[in-house]
Amino acid sequence: MSTTTAGAVPERAESAWGTFRRGLALSPELRTGLAGTLGLALVSMVGRAAVPVAIQQGIDRGLRAPGGPDLGVVGVVVAATAAVLVLTTICGYLMMRRLFTVSETALAGVRVRAFRHVHDLSMLHQQAERRGSLVSRVTSDVDQITQFLQWGGVILLINLGQVVVTTVVMAVYSWQLTLVVFGAFIPALAVIRIFQKRLAAAYGVVRQRLGAMLAAVSESVVGAPVIRAYGVAGRTAERLDRTIDAQRRAQQRAIRTSVISFSTGEIAAGLALAGVVVLGVRLGVDGTLGIGELTAFLFLVTLFIQPVQIATEVLNEAQNAVAGWRRVLDVLDVAPDVADPGEQGVDLPAGPIDIRFADVGYGYPGGPPVLVDVTVDIPAKTRVAVVGETGSGKTTFAKLLTRLMDPSAGAVLLSGVPLDRVRFGSLRSRVVMVPQDGFLFDSTVAENVRFGRPELTDDELALAFTELGLGDWVEGLPFGLATPVGERGEALSVGERQLVALARAYVADPDLLVLDEATSAVDPATEVRLQRTLDAVTRGRTTVAIAHRLSTAQAADEVIVVDRGRIVQRGPHEELVSDPQSVYGLLYASWLEQTR
Amino acid sequence: MAGKTSRDILIRGIRVLGYAIRDEPRIFAVAVGGSILYSLLIIASAYVVGAVVGNVVVPSLESGRADLAAVLLGAAALLAVSLGRVLGMFGRRIGAGFMQYRLQASYRRRITRRYLELPLSWHHRHATGTLLSNANSDVEAAWFPIAPLPFAVGTLVMLVAAMGSLFVTDWVLAMVGVAIFPALFALNVVYSRRMAPRQARAQQMRAEVSAIAHESFDGALVVKTMGQEARETARFAARAGELRDALISVGRLRGVFDPMLETLPSLGTLAVLLVGAARLNQGAVTITELVSVAFLFTVLAFPVRAIGWVLAELPRSVAGWDRLQSVLTATGEMPYGDTTLDRRDGRPATLVLDRVTFGYAPAEPPPATAPAEPGLATEEPETAARPIGVPPPTEPATAPTEPATAPTEPAPAEPPAPGSVPVLHDVSFTVPAGRTVALVGPTGSGKSTIVSLAVRLVDPDAGTVTLDEVDVRALTAASLAGTTALVAQVPFVFDDTIRENITLGRDGITDDDVWAALRLAEADGFVAALPDALDTMVGERGAALSGGQRQRLTLARALAGRPRLLVLDDATSAVDPRVEAAILAALRGERAESTDPAGPPESRASILVVAYRRATIALADEVVYVEHGRVVGRGTHATLLRTTPGYAALVTAYERAEAERERERERAYEDPATRRGEEVDA
Repeated sequence: MSTTTAGAVPERAESAWGTFRRGLALSPELRTGLAGTLGLALVSMVGRAAVPVAIQQGIDRGLRAPGGPDLGVVGVVVAATAAVLVLTTICGYLMMRRLFTVSETALAGVRVRAFRHVHDLSMLHQQAERRGSLVSRVTSDVDQITQFLQWGGVILLINLGQVVVTTVVMAVYSWQLTLVVFGAFIPALAVIRIFQKRLAAAYGVVRQRLGAMLAAVSESVVGAPVIRAYGVAGRTAERLDRTIDAQRRAQQRAIRTSVISFSTGEIAAGLALAGVVVLGVRLGVDGTLGIGELTAFLFLVTLFIQPVQIATEVLNEAQNAVAGWRRVLDVLDVAPDVADPGEQGVDLPAGPIDIRFADVGYGYPGGPPVLVDVTVDIPAKTRVAVVGETGSGKTTFAKLLTRLMDPSAGAVLLSGVPLDRVRFGSLRSRVVMVPQDGFLFDSTVAENVRFGRPELTDDELALAFTELGLGDWVEGLPFGLATPVGERGEALSVGERQLVALARAYVADPDLLVLDEATSAVDPATEVRLQRTLDAVTRGRTTVAIAHRLSTAQAADEVIVVDRGRIVQRGPHEELVSDPQSVYGLLYASWLEQTR
Repeated sequence: MAGKTSRDILIRGIRVLGYAIRDEPRIFAVAVGGSILYSLLIIASAYVVGAVVGNVVVPSLESGRADLAAVLLGAAALLAVSLGRVLGMFGRRIGAGFMQYRLQASYRRRITRRYLELPLSWHHRHATGTLLSNANSDVEAAWFPIAPLPFAVGTLVMLVAAMGSLFVTDWVLAMVGVAIFPALFALNVVYSRRMAPRQARAQQMRAEVSAIAHESFDGALVVKTMGQEARETARFAARAGELRDALISVGRLRGVFDPMLETLPSLGTLAVLLVGAARLNQGAVTITELVSVAFLFTVLAFPVRAIGWVLAELPRSVAGWDRLQSVLTATGEMPYGDTTLDRRDGRPATLVLDRVTFGYAPAEPPPATAPAEPGLATEEPETAARPIGVPPPTEPATAPTEPATAPTEPAPAEPPAPGSVPVLHDVSFTVPAGRTVALVGPTGSGKSTIVSLAVRLVDPDAGTVTLDEVDVRALTAASLAGTTALVAQVPFVFDDTIRENITLGRDGITDDDVWAALRLAEADGFVAALPDALDTMVGERGAALSGGQRQRLTLARALAGRPRLLVLDDATSAVDPRVEAAILAALRGERAESTDPAGPPESRASILVVAYRRATIALADEVVYVEHGRVVGRGTHATLLRTTPGYAALVTAYERAEAERERERERAYEDPATRRGEEVDA
């Protein structure tokens, strides 16, 4: 299938700053009180330099005051610094409180918007193989941003500030010594950058191996019956062990790189301290530097090292967070190709719906045409069956009819209105499709049937099942309507899931009902019974049934035969079977062979 | 109460850490060794800085001339301390990381091993997502505190050493440490204890948000076709809002404690300056000592946080550990026996189900409404009266002594959860060697469960399943797998090559055998057309193949093992009926070829096939018809058509529908006025 790349969310190569600007444009609420928050952050950063300054002042003006140690001065210095510390602590609290409230609120908004956006994307974007990655857009990608903000973001902000503030204070005390410190750190930073890149690659491998391991675990869990039935637990265990150990090895490689990177900073710190002592003593001897200043400088070097080391580590997380943010924004930037016309749209006229396909063509992006020049009129209130071999294009017909996709050529009209002009609110309440895979939510039978009509009471639901002739089946369930259906409905058999899906569509009370092989896993007797009741309850509405059992076609007012993307035959069953060499004639012959 | 439980968790958390140390004692020793070295060198660095100031800087500046040797010695000492710290850091970080990763890997192996050992009934009760997170995030959570543990242990040593050195230096300055260190420690403990429940709630909300997203996107088609995007978004937004609130509450707590933890050591430094100035004045300390102690408070602030990290992670660790234990200690293993079946030259096996009863334990607790018990007791006498045409089964050794009064709740292999949902009642039938038996019944009648019992995916609550007169529970795993093969309703394909998917690593299956099996399953054509033929990777869940191709692949997998009993659970629904007929005919066709005039007629395998199609049923020697978990008819197709109305209704449904339509049409043609009345009659 060529669709593996078609409709994929494009990955952008973009700078972190570009992502940041795009993100800010999308969540203007992030700007709320930003100036105040930054102001508070600045105050709490200045507090970081308070202690070394206090030590310098205490030593030079107090302990080593020209007239002998002056305890009064030390007292004043300590009291003033303590006041500064209390103030910066309060500012730190206020800053974090504002930051978290604003950012979490904005990100929750982004999360919800992305969720809705994914639902608004067409079937093409929602294909099964990409669902996992779509889920991660509204879960782990956003989590990555919030977790970074909670742990790394504040640390990064404060530490970068601390680097700036200590640099300024250091430069004030001695520009020469500041150069020594930078002389030790700049080469170290270059080395750290190289290792950070390797580290990012190493963590990339870790994530990849984690994915492989989870796939293996999931295979061993989902495939448990096969593994047991074929007695291949030993082989499965070996495969699991291989992926588990591969991930462990990748993790161990990553941590080795990380430690080397981190120790570079430590060695640079040692070099800086040693250099400061050697040069500082010379400067002191020359009289350009006091003892207090030199001592304060040693403290400042430590205050400079820690944030640089921490910041380089956190920067890694920052890159992940920015990448996560970018992925979320990229999803939001994908324009829904099957969009709700909204205000500009119109509602479907009241009453039964007629269908018109005018020169409709469809092909998946990059693939061969699936439907070609389909022109067909289906009058209101008729029951039509669409039949054809697997891959003939009959399911595409249903998807175009319900506007899950838009045709690449021509137009689909319902009651004379072009489908892309119909408001979704009107379309989805009047036109309902029952897909082959009757997906159920992890809740009860009743809740699932109520999905389209939350206001229905249990009595009304029970009545609906009775009308469909499924009352017996419901009574046979362990807890009746309250029976839990399990994850994806897996507590029910495939056929039973289809019964619930059918009831769900039935209570939605549509004017056009589209059934896409909706009863393919139901036993023949039940199917025939359903067919009869459906005939009765859908009288007065238009029904289009995509059928793989020809019993459905036999019961329909009219049969449309699709072959290799074109409509090749049309008419009532009796008429079509009269030519045994026609496409339908052959399909019917093979059907009879199976069932008689 | 709350205090007691959190103390409880602390104790249990420390015990979990103990298990970790017991599992990896050597790596732990390396990590703690490195950490202690690192910590002690941090204290040393404070004293070196102090010494450099007191012994190098002050004399040099005061005398106006630098003692070059002393300056270089000081610089060398600072550098040496840094190098020593790097060494300690290597030991600590690599040790801690390796320990954490080895524990994760080891527990992932144990957990997944357990998944392979536990019976399917256990798997049925646990959602796939839960089992995945047991192996992934729960393992991670359990061993998360391992990463900062050596650091924390080193820090504790450092705190003791720092206090000791303070007392050695000056007892008055030490009082500052006495005030600050315990306060710092207490602040960390309080912080962790307050944080734990908030973090847990955020984690919980994160999982719930993720669950809604998974389900909603899985059901995207339904959401879209029913136009329920807004309602789904509201459902998601409600949880996302709760997650936001949980995260804000985490953030606020950080806002309170982080700045305080930052400020407290700084206040210590100031106190040292103040107290030290007085002591210096009294001549009790030197400037060297004063600077050293002040420096000590500056460098200690960060490591002390490590203790907080460990404490903060303990509740999550305990929760993860508990979930791991619930898998590791789960009972209800389905042990294999030690009997090996003679392969009898690959001749078909005989399968007998004798008075089998089975119920599923529900995955979720039943809702408040009491379940309607389907009157088991009143129907029980039927146990004695076998359905028409059913020959009494060969009396198994394990037959209940009083079959007529068979208890409604038979002694189960494992205690069934209360409210277990009965699926099969007293099912008995035989698939004689070499014969094909079709299992027919309406949707939800228990056919798939019978199939699971036949290949021992599950064990009966009562009654026995025997293969060649041996209870399947007595068979070894290899013998059971070598005798039977199941092709399930939904084909399962591994993310591997075509060849591996067919052989599954079983011994003695050559490429020729693989091609023969593919030919039999009519899959040789499409496999030969694949770019790498047998070496083609099929992708996750066989994504590169169509439904019908996957199904034929699993058929070939079953055939390749030359099973003596082949079980097909509606396995050919995605396969052309012609292919199905060809497969069954091929299996039965060998009967004629291998006929030894002296011996009994033999086909390669006995076949149990779940079917709806008339064409499939027609190939069977006998039909077993089930309804509501009971066998209500056995015999040939013709017999059942006559004797069992339910069966007749099922298999002739299409014909009758057509006939009815025909009649209606004729009547409508004759007299359109009678049509309305006709509806009532029908």
